[in-house]
Amino acid sequence: MSKIKENIIRPYGDTLNDGKMQLSFSLQVSPDERGKEAARLLLKKIGFDDIDICGMRDLNEGFTHFIAYASTGAGIDYNKVMVKTVETDVMTMEETDEYISTFIGRPLTVIGACIESDAHTVGIDAIMNMKGYNHRYGLERYKYFNAINMGAQVSCEDLLKKAREEKADAVLVSQVVTQKNIHIKNLTRLIELSEAEGLRDKMLFICGGPRLSHELAIEMGYDAGFGTGSYATDVASYIAITLADRKRQQEINGS
Amino acid sequence: MLKLNLREDLITRARKAASGIVGSFNWLFEDYSSVTIERTILRLLGVDGATKDGKPLPNVIVDDLKSNSALGKGAAWWIVNAAVSHNKAPAEIARAAAEGNLDLTKVPAQPVEKIVKALNKYTDGMLSHIKSQRTYRDEQFKKFGPRRMPAIYVIVATGNIYEDVTQAKAAAREGADIIAVIRSTAQSLLDYVPYGATTVGFGGTYATQENFRIMRQALDEVSEEVGRYISLTNYASGLCMPEIAAMGAMERLDLMLNDAMYGILFRDINPKRTLLDQYFSRMINAYAGIEIQTGEDNYLTTSDAVEKAYTVTASQLINEQFALLSGVKPEKMGLGHAFEINPDMENGFLYELAHALLTRELFPDSPIKYMPPTKFASGNVFKTHLMDGMFNFAGQLTGQGVQLLGMMTEAIHTPHLADRSLAIENALYIFNTMKDLGNEIRLEPEGFINKRANAVLEEATLFLEKVAEEGLLIAMSKGEFADIKRHENSGKGYDGVFRKEAGYLNPFMDKIKMELGM
Repeated sequence: MSKIKENIIRPYGDTLNDGKMQLSFSLQVSPDERGKEAARLLLKKIGFDDIDICGMRDLNEGFTHFIAYASTGAGIDYNKVMVKTVETDVMTMEETDEYISTFIGRPLTVIGACIESDAHTVGIDAIMNMKGYNHRYGLERYKYFNAINMGAQVSCEDLLKKAREEKADAVLVSQVVTQKNIHIKNLTRLIELSEAEGLRDKMLFICGGPRLSHELAIEMGYDAGFGTGSYATDVASYIAITLADRKRQQEINGS
Repeated sequence: MLKLNLREDLITRARKAASGIVGSFNWLFEDYSSVTIERTILRLLGVDGATKDGKPLPNVIVDDLKSNSALGKGAAWWIVNAAVSHNKAPAEIARAAAEGNLDLTKVPAQPVEKIVKALNKYTDGMLSHIKSQRTYRDEQFKKFGPRRMPAIYVIVATGNIYEDVTQAKAAAREGADIIAVIRSTAQSLLDYVPYGATTVGFGGTYATQENFRIMRQALDEVSEEVGRYISLTNYASGLCMPEIAAMGAMERLDLMLNDAMYGILFRDINPKRTLLDQYFSRMINAYAGIEIQTGEDNYLTTSDAVEKAYTVTASQLINEQFALLSGVKPEKMGLGHAFEINPDMENGFLYELAHALLTRELFPDSPIKYMPPTKFASGNVFKTHLMDGMFNFAGQLTGQGVQLLGMMTEAIHTPHLADRSLAIENALYIFNTMKDLGNEIRLEPEGFINKRANAVLEEATLFLEKVAEEGLLIAMSKGEFADIKRHENSGKGYDGVFRKEAGYLNPFMDKIKMELGM
């Protein structure tokens, strides 16, 4: 029986495993000694030690903002930390075009939109628009992508209708502004509708946005999810490689 | 104050082109109206409330008239005709019609002089109410002194109007001058204005007349306490531009977002619909003394802020001309722009200064609205807070009218109480510590900033001249604005545009035009 070695980590301030954390929160108390003590006791109750309430600001209307440093005794075994991430290689625009040309042999159609209530196109634009974001051109610039960006506040129905009309290879959905988890409701609804309309297995469904991760995307029934810091190259490579793999698989099964 | 050496010949050419672009829409303004314009007229005649299932009465009446092919005469005629016939106020007539107890189109036509007399009574009553709101605002500013420059503008967006009130009052006490209640995120595409106080919204709080009233009352209270008149703003944009403008006029909002082209480009609303709606809504804003604010920042969030800087200038000039056409005075035009250049760009701040000064100097009498970094705001709240500081520095140095404060959590959530407080602290610190710096320094006449500002101006001028030649609607259909193609006969709300028939009446537009000397 082999035992995997533990690797316990704690937050780092200036000494290994000192557990120092920076905290900032507001309480409905007045900015005085009693309020400060309430803030300290709250942190103590959470389990912090060495609590230093270093900042206290009056927010008016009966609220106070606290800034604090404190130590935690909690640690986690880093060897047991597992996440699901998109695992395909990331290629440049030119490499991706070449890859699609070689292994798929036709341009891929990608339909993108911010769905339902979301009016914020920053994310979908960064991935799809010609210009791209931070020196990575968007899908419109790729020779082997036929990129259709439907923009903001597109209903799930309209997006799926378009996907069907254009015989899309992939659907890209962005959800940026969210409150009370509306992004989950919107994204779940799209997947449910796509299943009802028999489109789910005909194309890739990919979501992206600051509140999303690959793990959450899989949980909701998507093929992949891209969070903050993802670029067009990540999404393009994923689509190209995944669809090429599927094509290969179909050829093996079919022949 | 820092000053550019702008090329006067370009300014003249650019304005001439913009005026030409805007001047070609008489056919639209004279011959057409829209369902929301008619609903606005009903609201101004006192029609309010909703049916049991939540449908606003102005919508019920206008939809009925439309399905009876009677809207061509205008809603005012039908409702006042019935009011005269039944000797009741338009509000009661609307209620009876909505409950199915009265068919407006079946009421016999009353004598014209009686209708005119009744119309005058109702329009004069409402216009004098709006005028009294304007007078009250003017008196408050006289009593407490004018708004600071740049004014501190912050948003509240909890979804619950009562929670918004707490946050707005806290912000006012900390130094905010203007409170914006961000709307629930999909409201711009609703072809009606919800009724009553609301406590649930997404990414914001529904704009309703009752919500306006609740927030105005709270801000009036806090204004007395802090000894500053705290202004309130909301969004006269989307499919209900004029209705929301009317509600703002009635409830004494002080500023309203009102862009002539935003809905077309960024919300896919039909071009004719938006142009008609903005024309009347801005007229109401002008009459109410409400400062309009335009949405040029959107050009920069969707495209590169350096490459597309000229589209901001071009849009500002078009917005200015449309505003003049509706009777808005330059001192009530909050033309917009934004601080959206990539923070990694070398000398990016110099570009920002050039763009900010260009706007400031093209519109010297206007309270320019300066929008904060959003595109490059990230989950790194520390960096975003610093970028907001640079933005505040630029705003004070270049003398902007309204500084829409950036929030360090911009990329994360609608602002928490402490986020907003830190943003105000940031702005007050910078505005105060460098207050008169602009008076102490001069720009290199042939330096980078002057050259850059003139280059943007030239690009904008050439663009406007091209648009003037082909026409605004054609230019939009070719995707020349924001790379987005919009066609004059498609887009949301197009079926709500209709041609006026002989005898059409919009008593408010006629009176406002007369009183504003248009």
